[in-house]
Amino acid sequence: MVKVDGSGAQSSLIQVRDLDKTYRRGGEDIDVLQGLNLDVSPGEFAAFMGPSGSGKTTLLNLLGGLDVPTRGSITVAGDEITHMSSGKLTEWRARHVGFVFQMYNLIPVLTAYQNVELPLLLTKLSKAERRAHVETVLSVVGLADRMNHFPRQLSGGQEQRVAIARAIVSDPTFLLCDEPTGDLDRKSADEVMALLEELVAAHHKTVLMVTHDPLAAARAHSILHLEKGVLVEGKKSPHGVPAGGAA
Amino acid sequence: MKFGRLIWANLFRKKVRLLLTLGSFAVALFLFAFLAVVRDAFNRGADVAGADRLIVINRTSIINLIPLSYRDKITRIPGVKYITHSNWFGGTYQEEKNFFPQFVIDPENQRQVFPELIVPDDQWNAFLKDRQGAIAGAQTAERFHWKIGDRIPIKTSSWGGGSWEFNLVGIYHGKRPQDDETQFWLQWDYFQEKVPQSVKGQVGWYVLKVENPDDAARIAKDIDQEFANSSNETKTETESAWAANWVKQFANIQFLIVSIGTVVFFTLLLVTGNTMAISVRERTAELAVFKAIGYSDRFVLFFVIAESLVIALIGGSLGLILAVLAVPMLAKSLGGLLPSMVLSPSMLFFGFATAILVGILSGLLPGLGAMRLRVVNAMRRV
Repeated sequence: MVKVDGSGAQSSLIQVRDLDKTYRRGGEDIDVLQGLNLDVSPGEFAAFMGPSGSGKTTLLNLLGGLDVPTRGSITVAGDEITHMSSGKLTEWRARHVGFVFQMYNLIPVLTAYQNVELPLLLTKLSKAERRAHVETVLSVVGLADRMNHFPRQLSGGQEQRVAIARAIVSDPTFLLCDEPTGDLDRKSADEVMALLEELVAAHHKTVLMVTHDPLAAARAHSILHLEKGVLVEGKKSPHGVPAGGAA
Repeated sequence: MKFGRLIWANLFRKKVRLLLTLGSFAVALFLFAFLAVVRDAFNRGADVAGADRLIVINRTSIINLIPLSYRDKITRIPGVKYITHSNWFGGTYQEEKNFFPQFVIDPENQRQVFPELIVPDDQWNAFLKDRQGAIAGAQTAERFHWKIGDRIPIKTSSWGGGSWEFNLVGIYHGKRPQDDETQFWLQWDYFQEKVPQSVKGQVGWYVLKVENPDDAARIAKDIDQEFANSSNETKTETESAWAANWVKQFANIQFLIVSIGTVVFFTLLLVTGNTMAISVRERTAELAVFKAIGYSDRFVLFFVIAESLVIALIGGSLGLILAVLAVPMLAKSLGGLLPSMVLSPSMLFFGFATAILVGILSGLLPGLGAMRLRVVNAMRRV
C-alpha cells in the first residue's frame, strides 16, 4: 500500500514526513519538494510520474540516501537516514538500496558476472559464496548464459537486466529505478518491466520507479504524480494506462 | 586482492594510453637511474677513500712535482705507517680515444697502502721482477681484451714522448664493487730510467697510510710544516677531502645532472597526473555508481591511487631493468672516462621509491577529486 497524505501506519517500510528540498541556483532558491509525505509498504511497486524538473529524480535520490533533504525525515525499515553521516549513509546504501539507472551504468571493462559481483565485494562473503549469489541472480534475470560477456557484447535490454541483477544481488530492502526503460525499445522495455514485476511478485521486492513511460507506469501497483513539489495519487485507466499519461 | 581484478581491468581500458604512460615511466626511470649512476661516479672517489690515507701534493698544483727525497722525511713523522708515491703517465693505447688512467707506482708499499686492490701474489712477484712489467685493472684488461703475457705499447707526449712498451704481468680486482678497476700501473724504476734528467727523482704525489685515522689532521699539518718555505711546499689532506675537492671541479656538471633529474621527476609527475586526471574524468559516472552501490569515498581514493601506483611500479620496473642492462654497456662505451659506473642496490631502491612517490602523487589529486565527487552531481553530468 502507498499513501501520500502522511496517514500511513508505523509499519510502513518507507516513511517520509514533511520533506522539503530546496536548491539554490544563480542566487535564487528553488523549492523542488515541499512538505512531501509518503508511506510505502513492503512488497509494493510504485511508479512516480511527473513533468521534467518536477523533482522525481530528486525524490529518488533522497530516498536512496544520495542526497540530503533541506527539512523533514525519511525512515526506512526503522532507520532514520536524514541525519546519518556521509559514511554511514554509504554503508546503509550498500545494505538497503539497489539502484537501477536509465543508462544501465555497467562498468565496461568488467564482464556481466564481474559487474553483478561488485556489491558483494564489500561483504565478507567467500569467493564461492559470491559466485553462488551472482549465478542465482543472473539466472533470475535470464542471463546465466551471458555471464562472461562484456557490456558491449549485450543488447540494451540485456544490459539493463544485468544492472537489475547487480541491484538485487545483495538482497537490498528496496529497489530504486530511475527511468529503467528510458533508453530501451518497446520489446526490451516490456522484458525489463516483466522482470521488475516478477521481482515484486515472486521475490517480494519493494520497487520505486521513476518513469515518463505510461505503459511502464501502468505495470506498477500504484502511480504517484509529482506536481509542484507534492505527491498526488494517480489513477489507472480501464486499460491499465494511467489517466492523462505522462506529462 | 579481490579488488585487484578491478584495478587490473581498468588499466587496460585504453591500451594505447596505458602503453604510452608505461613507456614514459620506463624512459623517465631509465634516465633517472642513468643520471644517478653518472652523479655517483663523480662522487665515487670520496666514497672509496680510505679514512686512514693522506695525499701529499705540491702546494702550487698537482701538476707540479715534488722531490723523492721527501719520502724519508715524511716517513719519520710520528704516526705515518706506510708511504708510497705515484706519477701520472698520461698515455693512450693505440688511439687517442683509448683513454684510461696510468700511474707510475712505487711497488714497495703499494699493496699496504691500497689493500682493497687485489693482485695475486704470483702476478705481483712477476711485476717486481720485470722492470717493464705492468698491472692492469680488470675493467681495462677486459675492455682491450688483454691477457697476461701481452705486450702493451702506450704512447705519451710527456716524459720525453714516444711509445713505451710494457709486459702485462698482472690484473688487479677491487674488493668492493665501487673500487676503480680501470688503472694501469707501471714500474717506478723503469719510468726513472726513461724520463728526461730534469724530472728524474720527482714524484707526482705521495699517498700515505697513518697508524690512527684520528691523528690524520695532525700528521697533515706536521708534513706541511716540515716543507714550509722550501722550494716545493706541500699540501696534505685526507684522501676523502682530496676526492671531494676533485669533485668540486665538476660542480656545474653535478648541478646540471640534479637539475635534469628534477625536471624528469616533475615532467613524469605532470604526464602521469594528467593521464590519471583524464582517466578519472572519463569515468565520472562509473565512480558515481561505485559510490551509489555502497563503495566509500576512501575506497574511491584508494582505487584511483592504486591504479596510478600499478602503472608506476610496472613502468618504473621496466625502466630500472633497462638501466640494469644498459649501464654496463654505457660504462664500457665511455671507455673508463668515468670509472666505477655502478647501478647500486641503493640507487635501485631510490628509483623504486621515486616511482612509488610519483605513482601516489599523480593519483592523489584526481583521487581526491573522485573522492569528493557527489553522486547526484556526477549522475546529472552524464
